Amino acid sequence: MSLLMAILIGFLYAVSIYLLLRRSIVKLVIGILFLSYATNLMLFFTGGLTETSPAFTDIASTSEVVTASDPLPQALILTALVIGFGVAAFSMVLIYRFYKESGTVDLDELSEIEKS
Amino acid sequence: MKTEILKIAAAHLKPFLLILSLVVLYRGHNEPGGGFIAGLLAGMAYVIYAGAFGVSKAKQLRLAKPMFFMGFGIGIALFSGMIGLMNGADSIFTGVWTTLTFGDFSLKLGTPLLFDLGVYLTVAGMLVKVIFTVMEEDV
Amino acid sequence: MFFLPILIPLISIVLLIAFRSRLKFQQGLSILSVFIQLFAAVSILLKLSENGHLVAQSGGWPAPFGITFVADYTSAILLLAVSLVAIGSIIYSIGFVDFDRQKNGLFLLYQGLLAGVNGALLTGDIFNLYVWFEVMVISSFVLITLGSEKTQLRASVKYLVMNLVGSMLFVAAIGLLYSQLGTLNMADIAYKLRLQPVPPLVNSAIMLFFVAFGIKAAVFPFFFWLPASYPTPPIAITAFFGATLTKVGVYVMLRFYSLFAQLDVTFWQPVIFTVAALTMIFGVLMAASSYDIRKILSFHIVSQIGYILMGIGLFSVAGLAGAILFIVHNMFSKTATFMAGGLIYLYKGSYDLKKLGWIYKTKPLLAFLFLIPALSLAGIPPTPGFFGKFLLLYAGFDGAHYTITIVALGVSILTLFSMVKIWNEAMWKPEENSVDLVVKKIQPAAWTGTIIVVALTLLLGLTIGYTYDYLADAARQLLDPSLYIKAVLPEQP
Repeated sequence: MSLLMAILIGFLYAVSIYLLLRRSIVKLVIGILFLSYATNLMLFFTGGLTETSPAFTDIASTSEVVTASDPLPQALILTALVIGFGVAAFSMVLIYRFYKESGTVDLDELSEIEKS
Repeated sequence: MKTEILKIAAAHLKPFLLILSLVVLYRGHNEPGGGFIAGLLAGMAYVIYAGAFGVSKAKQLRLAKPMFFMGFGIGIALFSGMIGLMNGADSIFTGVWTTLTFGDFSLKLGTPLLFDLGVYLTVAGMLVKVIFTVMEEDV
Repeated sequence: MFFLPILIPLISIVLLIAFRSRLKFQQGLSILSVFIQLFAAVSILLKLSENGHLVAQSGGWPAPFGITFVADYTSAILLLAVSLVAIGSIIYSIGFVDFDRQKNGLFLLYQGLLAGVNGALLTGDIFNLYVWFEVMVISSFVLITLGSEKTQLRASVKYLVMNLVGSMLFVAAIGLLYSQLGTLNMADIAYKLRLQPVPPLVNSAIMLFFVAFGIKAAVFPFFFWLPASYPTPPIAITAFFGATLTKVGVYVMLRFYSLFAQLDVTFWQPVIFTVAALTMIFGVLMAASSYDIRKILSFHIVSQIGYILMGIGLFSVAGLAGAILFIVHNMFSKTATFMAGGLIYLYKGSYDLKKLGWIYKTKPLLAFLFLIPALSLAGIPPTPGFFGKFLLLYAGFDGAHYTITIVALGVSILTLFSMVKIWNEAMWKPEENSVDLVVKKIQPAAWTGTIIVVALTLLLGLTIGYTYDYLADAARQLLDPSLYIKAVLPEQP
């Protein structure tokens, strides 16, 4: 399972870098999103992959000892997600303004317009 | 996109989503939920409304003052961090807890809930602000 | 008291949002806020002489569990320097930046940036450090696009992507480190690294940290976003960026090298030296070939980061004191040169050296204001730049690291060359068409801001005998990380 997840994370990183290197800024923003997904997923699995330990346990009501999963990576992801949300919102407004100002979403085309 | 179905749905969804967001906010400390998710829900109520009726109509709604809520939210979150200091703790963000009791019904309150309320207002305000900005220029 | 440098900017943000339609109030509040931050930084610095380290646990949770805030001499000195530069920058911005930008949240974003910087300087927890970095970087994203001119938007795309990649590598490194050591507290990580043989993934995590902060601090292979994006916003904003963003990146490198990386000196020292040398050389060569004042100064930021890295790599009292002095001196001198460049622009309507001339004759005060920080960057005696370079070169020869020291000497000659180039072209060259293209009347606030920062530069150079004691204390604390660990985790043996 953890091997599968490692491959998945690697795949997500590859997708994001491919998209970041494209000329279109729309794809660039999607690349940014994938980059943060890949990182968040990686952060999530730093707590260890377990099947039986739940995230929330009610110690008062259960008699047997239940091992809860490590809550810290989940808290970290929540923080990272919120920050990623803010950055995504900003970059979407940015590409929108970019398109309004220059009439193109292609970075190469823009530099040609600027030269001429 | 301005269909009658969406308009009717949005008008009815708005109060429903706002109440739901408050429920999610309250149960956030011990169960899944919390200020961020609740803020998104509350923000979505206004975004759907703006999608159905247009941004200019949505801006006239009584609670559609995103900048005010963002400032107020950060203020509350900071204030919740400093309550502990005022109570004589050594450091910021020290938890302070109280229980309000009304007969059989008791309500557990604490600074984490206050902090979550700040997050709730900030996130809702930010979501509304961002989406309104983008939608407004579309027209 | 200890949390004031973090709380004050955050409280100011709330007040600035509340009174966002009143410009005069915003300006006044921003200045008041940075003065309180200055007061807080001074009080922290004075308290340090009793304790050595100031530690506070937020939320009242004991050290490895809660988020720890730590102040030592390094962070206190930098806090002080940041608040001093911020005073000058904000006053300058009031006079320089157009009212549209000022009304659209310039001061709010400055306070956001300051909150991030102060938080990053004080925190003792790596994930919290990431959060403060994001506070800082997101404020700077908006600052760099404020006004939405076409060039700004284009530059901001590069800035956004590079900084975001840096942030994501940073988070990935935190994840790796946490999975290996199970802690996020910096002192606890340093303690655990010293207990056991280092697990293999820790090295890759530290390498990822190095790349992440290398992007943020604009060191050699990752510096190209900086000269592409810094010249585009109004120069008042660039001046503030130059004083804060890259410097915090380099501060974190300093801290991490002292706590983690120096355990493996045989690997890290050559890496740091190579990167430092290449950063210096590439920065200064690019600067020598540019003719736009903003571009030259932006490339110089890169080149000077190389010196700081060299000090980190030397890791001796003189080297580290030199590195810290260099960070502070750069904050002052670089900001002051940017500000003087901005005044030249207001006066002549151009940043292009080929179009400028004869400022020395028509505006001698402006020429003088440019001269002092420029001499400081080049390293001429009564200025702090000289003492910084002297300490670094002394430490380099003392530690028998001859190659890097000779590179540093050569680069400083080239730095002098490009400063002289600005001086010759802008100040002494007879003007071909002596038409005054006065863009805007220079506001007294712009003059005041520049004079404040230039005076700070001079003052730092003249009081070096006094400040060196503090710098040496800071260097000694960094040299012995066990003090830091003991201050945060008193129960550990």
